[in-house]
Amino acid sequence: MTDAKIPTTTPRQSATFTADVNSDIRRAAATGIYDIRGGGAKRKVPSFDDLLFMGASISRYPLEGYREKCETNVTIGGLHAENPIELDIPITIAGMSFGALSGPAKEALGRGASAAGTSTTTGDGGMTPEERGHSNKLVYQYLPSRYGMNPDDLRKADAIEIVVGQGAKPGGGGMLLGQKISDRVAHMRNLPKGIDQRSACRHPDWTGPDDLEIKILELREITGWKVPIYVKVAGARPYFDTTLAIKAGADAVVLDGMQGGTAATQDVFIEHVGQPTLAIVRPAVQALQDLGMHRKVQLILSGGIRSGADVAKAMALGADAVAIGTAALIALGDNDPKYEAEYNELGTTAGAYDDWHEGRDPAGITTQDPELMKRFDPIEGGRRLKNYLKVMTLEAQTIARACGKNHLHNLEPEDLVALTMEAAAMARVPLAGTDWYPGKPGTGF
Amino acid sequence: MQTIDLTEVGLRETNKMLHAQAADTNQTVWEITNARGAHAIACGLDAPIEVTVKGSTGYYCGGMNQQATVNIDGSAGPGTGENIMSGKIVIEGDASQYLGATGHGGLIVVKGNASSRCGISMKGVNIVVQGNIGHMSAFMGQSGNLVVCGDAGDALGDSCYEARFFVRGTVKSLGADCEKKEMRPEHIEILTNLLKEAEIDADPADFTRYGSARNLYNFDVDNAAAY
Ligand SMILES: Cc1cc2nc3c(=O)[nH]c(=O)nc-3n(C[C@H](O)[C@H](O)[C@H](O)COP(=O)(O)O)c2cc1C
Repeated sequence: MTDAKIPTTTPRQSATFTADVNSDIRRAAATGIYDIRGGGAKRKVPSFDDLLFMGASISRYPLEGYREKCETNVTIGGLHAENPIELDIPITIAGMSFGALSGPAKEALGRGASAAGTSTTTGDGGMTPEERGHSNKLVYQYLPSRYGMNPDDLRKADAIEIVVGQGAKPGGGGMLLGQKISDRVAHMRNLPKGIDQRSACRHPDWTGPDDLEIKILELREITGWKVPIYVKVAGARPYFDTTLAIKAGADAVVLDGMQGGTAATQDVFIEHVGQPTLAIVRPAVQALQDLGMHRKVQLILSGGIRSGADVAKAMALGADAVAIGTAALIALGDNDPKYEAEYNELGTTAGAYDDWHEGRDPAGITTQDPELMKRFDPIEGGRRLKNYLKVMTLEAQTIARACGKNHLHNLEPEDLVALTMEAAAMARVPLAGTDWYPGKPGTGF
Repeated sequence: MQTIDLTEVGLRETNKMLHAQAADTNQTVWEITNARGAHAIACGLDAPIEVTVKGSTGYYCGGMNQQATVNIDGSAGPGTGENIMSGKIVIEGDASQYLGATGHGGLIVVKGNASSRCGISMKGVNIVVQGNIGHMSAFMGQSGNLVVCGDAGDALGDSCYEARFFVRGTVKSLGADCEKKEMRPEHIEILTNLLKEAEIDADPADFTRYGSARNLYNFDVDNAAAY
């Protein structure tokens, strides 16, 4: 009688207070500071993974791989600029700051991009000779902080990108913590060594679309109307931002979704502000079409682009090109499991390492520490990036040929279906197995 | 002297002519008439020339200036002399917002008043204002000197770094991390030279110096309210 056991429940973890959440609370309680980290949103959001291509069928015939051509080139900035940017592939390297990245890492990005026939981009902190020297096509970012900004470098650029926002932190500035401020970084930014460097979230000398138009005029006058001017916006209000950028006279719009990486910002910002990349393409393309500017003003999409499939999907939804940041760093060797022991020492694991702002990157890429930097070989890094860009391009071509397209730009929304209702609504392509998506005109939904 | 009628010649051709001047140009004196508040006049100059704009200018006159002297014989619009690297800009009238924003070097002189955000994010430029300046001036100022012979508005030098501010009149309020500083002989010397260069007659002893308290230089949670 007495030894009958009372059944106990198994310990149950909360779906609300997960281990991650609890560790955040403990960290906040212990430090009193919000968490700052690099990278993009880690939460799962509707993405290009929720889209599939249908490929060819009786009504659409495919192109023969390796025999029938599938072109990949793209021209950016032909609308107003005397010298538009001609790229062999529609995959560009996104702006990443010198300061966040080491000089050799910037060099490797230039080497890899140039070998693959594409452009690379400066970032907060200005232009370094390494990246100018090794980049055939270099886009110069014009940022709110204007760190290192000068007209000589501006005139050395092949295009200018006015940065209004970044997908990881729409409406946020930047912070490079003191420990990463080497003599060289401090000198370029005209600040004392070892102090935190805040980057403003707004441009110091213009606000709003009317001012932007005048700012673009000034930059064009200073560079003699030669080079294209891009405007980079976060994926916040893509229809209106794209419309306003075009009306202000941009040659290209760079649109960055919330999965997009950053060198460092508050985790709460990265995870809770902005829209997923999948959700921002169609409204931006709509804006271009409404103004009769699709394919005249180029749309460059970024935020979580990883593979040729992502490239093909972005282009099918109407983008002219994509930009990659995080993926390029991984190709260079960031978060490589071969440094697992060292990641463990930093309290993390390969793949999850995101404290780029601390400057202790075992792979020697997101650091200014001379010893760590030595581990990274820019020539080898450049070769790896080139390989990766080539593979992405081949993958995108494989898909395009299967869809019967002789140019990546000929991919279209009609080639796609969505796996989920959310993705169908965001991408405005039918839910797989149906001819319907939420919000489809005329369906009363 | 070369004279350009801006309305007739147009902005592009005007700037093109000025940009074409090399370091050893013989055509060193230029006058631009009929400015009519146009934007981006004489921006991006990079030669030892002197350009006088007759009348008031719009946004970004003298933007990113190198070497040249630009005189504005009128009032100047927003962002005049933004990111100036070297040379000199002299404004006879008043200056609008963001005067000399992010300027890295050179000198800007305003004979009248300057509006809000004067010297915002300044990175080495020297600015001398004979009259008053508006609110939020020298926000995030990194280096260089801002001299104000009149009064300064609210939140002077908010979140500033190593820029120096000399004000002769009153300061309505100081921004976060900006404080009153001691005037040492080296500061008197800097100020004396700047006033001389700006051709402004004022006694350096009448000015008070302000600058960064350097409390926000490295993040500290106890200062969170000031960020
Ligand atoms: C290390 C790092 C540094 C970055 N620095 C800048 C910058 O200086 N300016 C900027 O506009 N974007 C910056 N970004 C954002 C990228 O330009 C781009 O928007 C983003 O990386 C794209 O998303 P992805 O990382 O998923 O490819 C940075 C991103 C990373 C990963």
